[in-house]
This record gives sequence, C-alpha cells and structure tokens, in this order.
Amino acid sequence: MSLVIAAQGLRKEFTVRVKAGRLRRERRRVIAVDGVDLRVERGEMLGYIGPNGAGKSTTLKMLTGVLTPSEGQVRVCGLRPVPQRTRLALGIGVVFGQRSQLWWDLPLRDSFDLLRHVYRVPAAGHAARLRRCRGLLDLDGFLDIPVRQLSLGQRMRGELTAALLHGPRVLFLDEPTIGLDVVSKQAVRGFLAELGRAGDTTLVLTTHDLADIERLCRRLVVIDHGRVVHDGTVAELHRRYGSRRLVVAELDAALVTPPVLPGAPLERVEADGRRLVYALESAGVAEVVAGLAGLTTLRDIAVVEPDIEDVVARLYRAPARSG
Amino acid sequence: MAEAGGTLAAYRALLRAQARAQTAYRTSFAIDVLGNVGATVFDVVTVLVLYGVTRELGGFTLRETLVMVGLTAFAFATADLLVGNIERLPRYVRTGLLDAVLLRPLGALPQLLLMDLPLRKVSRGLFGLAVWVAALAGAGIEWTPSRVVLAVVAPLAGVVFFGSVFVATATVSFFWVESGELANSVTYGGRDFTSYPVTVFEGWFRAAFAYGLGFAFVSYQPALALLGRADPLGLPAWAGWAAPGVALVALAGATAAWRVGVRHYRSTGS
Repeated sequence: MSLVIAAQGLRKEFTVRVKAGRLRRERRRVIAVDGVDLRVERGEMLGYIGPNGAGKSTTLKMLTGVLTPSEGQVRVCGLRPVPQRTRLALGIGVVFGQRSQLWWDLPLRDSFDLLRHVYRVPAAGHAARLRRCRGLLDLDGFLDIPVRQLSLGQRMRGELTAALLHGPRVLFLDEPTIGLDVVSKQAVRGFLAELGRAGDTTLVLTTHDLADIERLCRRLVVIDHGRVVHDGTVAELHRRYGSRRLVVAELDAALVTPPVLPGAPLERVEADGRRLVYALESAGVAEVVAGLAGLTTLRDIAVVEPDIEDVVARLYRAPARSG
Repeated sequence: MAEAGGTLAAYRALLRAQARAQTAYRTSFAIDVLGNVGATVFDVVTVLVLYGVTRELGGFTLRETLVMVGLTAFAFATADLLVGNIERLPRYVRTGLLDAVLLRPLGALPQLLLMDLPLRKVSRGLFGLAVWVAALAGAGIEWTPSRVVLAVVAPLAGVVFFGSVFVATATVSFFWVESGELANSVTYGGRDFTSYPVTVFEGWFRAAFAYGLGFAFVSYQPALALLGRADPLGLPAWAGWAAPGVALVALAGATAAWRVGVRHYRSTGS
C-alpha cells in the first residue's frame, strides 16, 4: 500500500470585509479549514462530507493546488500541490460539479480532443479510455452537440470523462451528482463503482447525497466547522452514534411474551405481536434467528440497514465546539 | 525538449480551438474585425485635430509626434489583442474559469489569454502597424543601421511593456475586487500619455507616469533617438535605447505580481 494523499494540520483562513455601519468596513477572519489531517492510501474510495460551508471544497482546492494553504503540510502523489501544480495536474483528475473543464462553444468530442493536447497523452491510451467512458457513460448520443446545449446530466457525464482521459491516479469529485436526475445519478454511481473495483484509482468524493457514499465509499470523513469529526468506516459511524441495524421477524402466530435475546434488545412489537423488531448490538442476525426459531415458526426475516442520513443529520446538529 | 514541445503544441491547440469558435460565423466575424479598427483610428485622428489648431505640441511638430503616435498605436493595440482581456480576471474568478485552468498542467496565465483571445482586434494592430510605417516614412529620418534596428525593436518592447501593464494592473483585482477603474486609468491613461511628447505634461504627473511607471521609454525616448533630437528634458541619448530594458523590468514585475496574486487567490464558493 502506498500513501497517495497525506495532509497534516491543513488550515485555510480568509479575511473578509463586512459592512459595519454605513461607511465603515470591518475585517473579519474566517477559518474555512481548521487543522485537517488526512491520509489516503492508493485505491481507497473516500467520502468527504459535511454541511454547507464546512470546508469540503476548500480542502479539495488545497489538495489540487488551486488554493494555497494558510498552514500545514500536504503531499498528493508525493508532490506539493501549489508549487508543483502543473506536474500534479498530470496525475489527478478533478470534477467540480459547478465548474466546467469543457469548452462551452465546442462539441463534446472537440473538448476531449483538446484535453488530449493539454495533457500531452499518447493518442492510443486516450482513445482507449474514451472508448470505455463512451460505453459506460453512454455518451454516443451527444458527442457532437456543443456543450452549452447539453443537459446537466449529459454535461456531468462529459465532465467525468474529461477528468479521466489522461488516466489520473487520483480522482477528486466535488458534488458530482448535484442536480442530476435519477437515471444520470445511477449512471455516474455505477461508473464510479466500476472504477473503484478496478482498484488502482483513488477516489475522493464530496457530496450532499449520502446515497453516493453508501454506494461507493467504505471510508467516510465527516467535516464540520473546518474540523474532522469522524474518520472511519460507515459501520463505525453507526456504532459511534448509536444507530443500529434492525432485524424484523414476521411470525406465523403471535407470541405472548417475546423472548429476551442477549445483545439484541427488543425495539418494538407490531401487528398484534406477529412482527417483532430487534436491534442488533453485539448479536448478529443468526443469533436472533436462532433465538426465535425454537419458539415459533418464522415466516420472514428482514434486516433493515440504518439510515446514514439520520446519523449525519444528528452529527451536524451537534453544537459547534467553541475555539 | 520533448516536454517543451508538448507544451507548445498544447497552447497551439488552445489557440486553434479559440479561432474556430470565433470564426464560426464568417460574416459576423469580418464585420467585427472591421468595426474594431474604430477606436485606434480615433486616437490618431485626435492628434491630427490638435495639430489643426497649433503648429507645435511641447516643441514637437506633427510629423515628429506621429512617430510617437504610430509606435503607441501599434504597441498598445497588439498588447491589447494578446493580453488585454486579462482585465476580465474578476469574471474568470466568478465563473470558475480560473479554477478550471489551475487544474490543468499548463500555465494559468497563458491559458486564460488563449482561451479568451479577441481575434477581431487583429485589425487594430494592423492599423497601428500601418500608422507606424507611414510615420517613419514621413518623418524624414536619416536612416542608419542602428536606427533600423531601433525601429523594429522599439515597437516590440512597447508590446511587452503594455502587456506587462495589463497583467500587473489586472492582478490588483486578486486583492481588491473593485479595482477595474484604477486598472483602466493606468492602461488607457498610459496609452494616451505615450501618444504625445512627454514635454506636453508637467510636474508630478509627468514624473510619475513618464519616469515612475516608465511610460517615457515606450515611445517618447525611442522617437527622439530615431529623429536624432536631443531630449529637451535632459536625458542622455542612450535613453532612446532603454526601451527593451525597461520592458524587461516591467515584464519581471508583472510576472512576480501575477505569481503573488495567484498565491493569494481565494477562489469562490463550491
């Protein structure tokens, strides 16, 4: 395993001037990113989430060499993003949902061709990658249409392709599914999942849409007020914030006293006692099934995954620590 | 070497794309090209009108002044064609174009210039060149080999100088968003300043523009050297040859300002 992103104590501070009275203006310091540490290994798929203004985009801009950090150490692909910006650009692909890498007045196909020159990529590799994207993202219907006439979903598929044509080792995606319809969202997610399976592209994804994360990322970094408040797997997030998987057991006949199962407290009883809902703490699904099987006939068993959205909403609502 | 060649090819591809987009509608492009001569013609006409009411301006005749006018017209129009659109930097920041070019493996400034090159302004540069040649022909210059060299080098130095002024003043908007008016007063003010003999101006204003910012070396001093006149303001004859040096200093200053500006860049929301 090799480290692709290593950031330590990353910090970005802006001064903004705000109106204070009719003529007076006050300078105020805004800390957008406040000491973020981040280490990402090759091939990882990382979800980077947080509420509006938490510092997600600012972090990505510092990792990609667009913004100069106020403090801290950063290495991406072993390079320092700002001083070695042009070299780094050859090894990374970036999609900022509300920015475009495409030429507005030219057909999509011409933008791709221009990017081949911009990145100095050999024609064969470029063509092979374009062929793959055309297939997976279904581009053929609109390759010859000027970009400004494309729908948002079509354009985003174009942006993704544009970010991948030079075969980057790291892909940074800032809100890649924002504003997309369901079909385009599926296409984009499917494509990224495919990319993740191949295993040599590292992916950093910021999003508002937690379905993106559940579908794509094992590891989740949650940032709030410029600080990392969680870094771990999705399961760890649930454990830490007390959200649990539920087992819903449908019974043939109601039980007078539902059994007490170790490690799986009874959450609720529904349908006149014929549906029991247990929460999984230390017990697994099999133990619940085993515990019930001796007492009654099971008609159906369902496992309900906890909703990551609820967990994160709770996280965001937690008051900001002062400092 | 291969790397440098690849970079050049990349810039050429950007230029081709820009040309293709702008010339997609031939007739409208042709009209644009013609219409764009206007501003530069107007600058020259202004000087002619002034000489309609006076025989001399600051001790210089019309034929002599036209050398400065021609030099300025060519240098400014060409710099404006190549670099002038950098004054749209605040818009590039707002629309995210600056972010987009910073993510690519090429210099940010050349990309911005090439992606927004106003090709229709090519007519102004050509008109400026015509005025320059005509002014040289009409000024009764005693040609020597060194003066021929100066007649070629001075306009090119002027292009570099005005280009640097465009970049340096645009860079101010990295720090102070509403700086457009200030930038215009230096760039367009500088163009008007170099269209006349420096002797026309006086006091701190002359000192600041001519020598502080270096505009005297763009057209006035080279014109003196070509015409074989001593400087009424007392600078030695070699000052007529200072244009390339002054242009390089301006270029170094503009490059440094741009670097600092990009480091200071704050981008906009997501």
